Amino acid sequence: MTTDNSRPDPAKTNDLLVEAYPPKLAKKRAGQMVVNRKTPDGVVPEIKANIRTTPGIISQRGCCYAGCKGVVLGPTRDIVNITHGPIGCGFYSWLTRRNQTRPESPEDANFMTYCFSTDMQDENIVFGGEKKLRAAIQEAYDLFHPKAIAVFATCPVGLIGDDIHNVTREMKEKLGINVFAFSCEGYKGVSQSAGHHIANNQLFKHVIGRDDTVGPGKFRVNLLGEYNIGGDAFLLEDLFERCGITLVATFSGNSTIGKFENAHTADLNCVMCHRSINYVADMIEKKFGIPWFKVNFIGAEASAKSLRKIAAYFQDEELAARVEKTIAEELAAVKKVQDEIRPRCEGKTAMLFVGGSRAHHYQELFTEIGMKTIAAGYEFAHRDDYEGRRVLPTIKVDADSRNIEELVVEPDPVKYQPRLTWEELSARGLPHNDYEGMMPEMDEGALVIDDISEHEMERLLELHKPAVFCAGIKEKYGIQKHGIPCKQLHSYDYGGPYAGFQGAVNFYREIDRMVHARVWALMTPPWQTVSKPLLNAEWVRA
Amino acid sequence: MTLLRHTTADVKERSGLTINPAKTCQPIGAMYAALGVRNCLPHSHGSQGCCAYHRSTLTRHYKEPVMAATSSFTEGSSVFGGQSNLLQAIENIFTIYKPDIIAVHTTCLSETIGDDIPQIIAKAKEEGKIPAGKFVIHVNTPSYVGSHVVGFSGMVKSLVDYFAVATDDKRRTINIIPGWVEPSDMREIRRLTAALGVETIIFPDTSDVLDAPQTGQRQFYPDGGTPVESLRKAGDSLSTIALGLSASGAAARALDAKCKVPCDILELPIGLRATDRFIDALRRAARVHVPEALNRERGRLVDVMSDMHQYFYNKRVALWGDPDQLVALSEFLIDLDMRPVYVVTGTPGREFEARMARVLAGKISEAKVRQGSCADMFLMHQWIKEQPVDLLIGNTYGKYIARDENIPFVRHGFPIMDRVGHSYFPTVGYQGGLRLLEKILDAVLAHKDRESSEESFELVM
Ligand code: SF4
Ligand code: SF4
Repeated sequence: MTTDNSRPDPAKTNDLLVEAYPPKLAKKRAGQMVVNRKTPDGVVPEIKANIRTTPGIISQRGCCYAGCKGVVLGPTRDIVNITHGPIGCGFYSWLTRRNQTRPESPEDANFMTYCFSTDMQDENIVFGGEKKLRAAIQEAYDLFHPKAIAVFATCPVGLIGDDIHNVTREMKEKLGINVFAFSCEGYKGVSQSAGHHIANNQLFKHVIGRDDTVGPGKFRVNLLGEYNIGGDAFLLEDLFERCGITLVATFSGNSTIGKFENAHTADLNCVMCHRSINYVADMIEKKFGIPWFKVNFIGAEASAKSLRKIAAYFQDEELAARVEKTIAEELAAVKKVQDEIRPRCEGKTAMLFVGGSRAHHYQELFTEIGMKTIAAGYEFAHRDDYEGRRVLPTIKVDADSRNIEELVVEPDPVKYQPRLTWEELSARGLPHNDYEGMMPEMDEGALVIDDISEHEMERLLELHKPAVFCAGIKEKYGIQKHGIPCKQLHSYDYGGPYAGFQGAVNFYREIDRMVHARVWALMTPPWQTVSKPLLNAEWVRA
Repeated sequence: MTLLRHTTADVKERSGLTINPAKTCQPIGAMYAALGVRNCLPHSHGSQGCCAYHRSTLTRHYKEPVMAATSSFTEGSSVFGGQSNLLQAIENIFTIYKPDIIAVHTTCLSETIGDDIPQIIAKAKEEGKIPAGKFVIHVNTPSYVGSHVVGFSGMVKSLVDYFAVATDDKRRTINIIPGWVEPSDMREIRRLTAALGVETIIFPDTSDVLDAPQTGQRQFYPDGGTPVESLRKAGDSLSTIALGLSASGAAARALDAKCKVPCDILELPIGLRATDRFIDALRRAARVHVPEALNRERGRLVDVMSDMHQYFYNKRVALWGDPDQLVALSEFLIDLDMRPVYVVTGTPGREFEARMARVLAGKISEAKVRQGSCADMFLMHQWIKEQPVDLLIGNTYGKYIARDENIPFVRHGFPIMDRVGHSYFPTVGYQGGLRLLEKILDAVLAHKDRESSEESFELVM
């Protein structure tokens, strides 16, 4: 078992990680690496984040298109998503994110198994691709008659000046269905994050608020930033139902465009992945008067806490009772597994470097089986995801992010209907539009590293030898070659679900399996492990 | 419920929309080829998303670390060009990741901008950013031309352009350009040439790179890959055998033009007769005798072909993927008396049709062959809906059609993201042929077992 004493001093670790870098780069990276400290009122050190990755660094990051088309819009089943660009981007984002979906009937639309692309050719780059895009939209319409068609721009589109918004506007008029576009060219911003923002903006402009039908249900909420990887959203849908909470729309796991259009009829927005969807939450609040707060359904305790927050919001005794009953039932089952696994995992160490919220959320699950997170960081988060939204006013937008549109949102003259005031919220013990960030919840002395590089990861593994390292597909097998198991927290290694209570149980068992797999002890051939004298002795005997 | 529920038999000509492509973009091929060079770090000159996608896809296929760096373009670089990004990248890479070679490929972004890579490399050299004895090479891989196969071919040709030299020190070696095949195939080709006693230079060679052993000690650059020294000496070899016109032809011809090393461009040695031609070409080029062991190996393949003929006979097969694989596979299927009726590749190029026509040569008159834009898996699936097939052969994406239509499915090609085996067990050579037969039989017979009525359920096949 790895103990604290055998690990190098965290303060020194950071220097070791950048030791091989050219001085300028080392200095830059130093700003993105901190040792966690907390003042009594929860203030943590400043970390630089959402800044560009230095060329030549092997980074975890992807691009704006990936954040927009892949992350936010990918999980919605009934929109025909056309990638406008050469074939690659569309091909790579074809079914690779494991967003599960469950159409209500065999007749229901589901385009998630399809990849649509304009497959731009030389002549489209030279003479423009608008004509081809128009043809593609028409052909998609003729073949499938979808409710909506969305267009996603890839790198060359912006450069050659195709006006995709004009084309979609025209086609929307011509076809009489919703057709809209995302200028999510890969070079925008510094990571997937820019794409999240662009996706949020366009969803808000073109989709949300179009259908005012108020459905049934007394406690109507949206779940934002839950993408149904490995079926997480299915578990949460079930959990909500058992508590009597009506889920109006999930952004965007197991979703349809109809649900988005109707989302403004909910009374509360619960935000899971803050990074990818906080803009929608904020804009809905401004336009329609629906408050939001952060929830976390990763971890049993966190799930219980999140359900209680929702109950507190609605101030309904019956709801509170049902929530408590559900929690009690679930926790009993969870506890049994915790008791079984905890003694085996207690004290082991974990590192989490992934995404924009999971590096935070999954720490809960490790804590619940007695494991300690000694280092964590995000791939594409901003300072507020680390330090909390309190630092928002102090974040300066740099040149790389300046061109990402910030929509100016005003209350809707008709549909604005404030649900609860700030005062009412705090009277119910609830935060208002707040996310406290990852660092306040981490131990003092833990390492926090933004946009970690392959080199830094290698050094961390050598220096600290964690029992498990969480990252993504690109990192997975390099980590495992060190003899250390890697848990993928984007795809879940094709396992899961890990959300809610049952998900927590799945995760405990998964980590238990990984850190105790017999194979980690079988790497070396017996003739290389036998110590010399013994070898000689045996040889003599023979 | 069906997974591809919107696909119908009603084929409409399309000019704008590709659906479920049977190809991907150039850079990933260049990246794969560069991984087959020793101590080489591929570098993607563009925004970082392309690099992330290519690494992810290759990793899903190989379940191995795939290292590559990127120029991480920002909006600024896409306006002002990526020169400073690449210069900075070169300096950082040599300082931090310490490869012997950086193999730069472009992306649609840097191509659209028009970055002049050789000029930037020259500048890097001038500024002392390339340490002595280290190299930066490049290939242009505009994704709006060709496909991943073209990117692969381009990088292999670049290896020739940058490294091969003709000296007075002529050698008896034969160059082998194996084409876009698996590490297992490259290893098998090495085994076959060794069995014949032929000394070879194989490039690129991803064996021992993308099938690296687990030892608990990571090697950032695994032991495999063709060393620079061998790439240099390729210019002094007796001759070159290039496998697969699309992936290997360009490099073989460049080597001929540059160093006067004559080349023989063959189909990939997948199946009996293509392997025969490969062995024969080796035999003639190196003037060696085919050892009895290889004859016996061949005999074992023919044995299974004849013994199991009833299960192959007249089965209709749909296949999709890359030209070199499709041509060779089709020939093999026909030798088994199977019927490759639908053959689709997104990789554009008229010569594919000509090669397919040669293989089909009136034997499969009902065959539909398509290449290029809108030649995609959606179209192929529509054909299947029109008139079904008995077997699917292609990459992982075929599993959706296989499940919807309840058709046996053999995974072959790129990418295979949901199974292992392709990295370790070859499909080239006689042994590879046997493995293919085993896979086909497994798929067909498992389907038969599952679907047959209780009374017709067979114990013995
Ligand atoms: S932007 Fe171009 S090079 Fe990059 S993944 Fe897309 S098609 Fe390929
Ligand atoms: S942090 Fe993970 S779940 Fe959230 S948007 Fe990102 S990739 Fe998705």
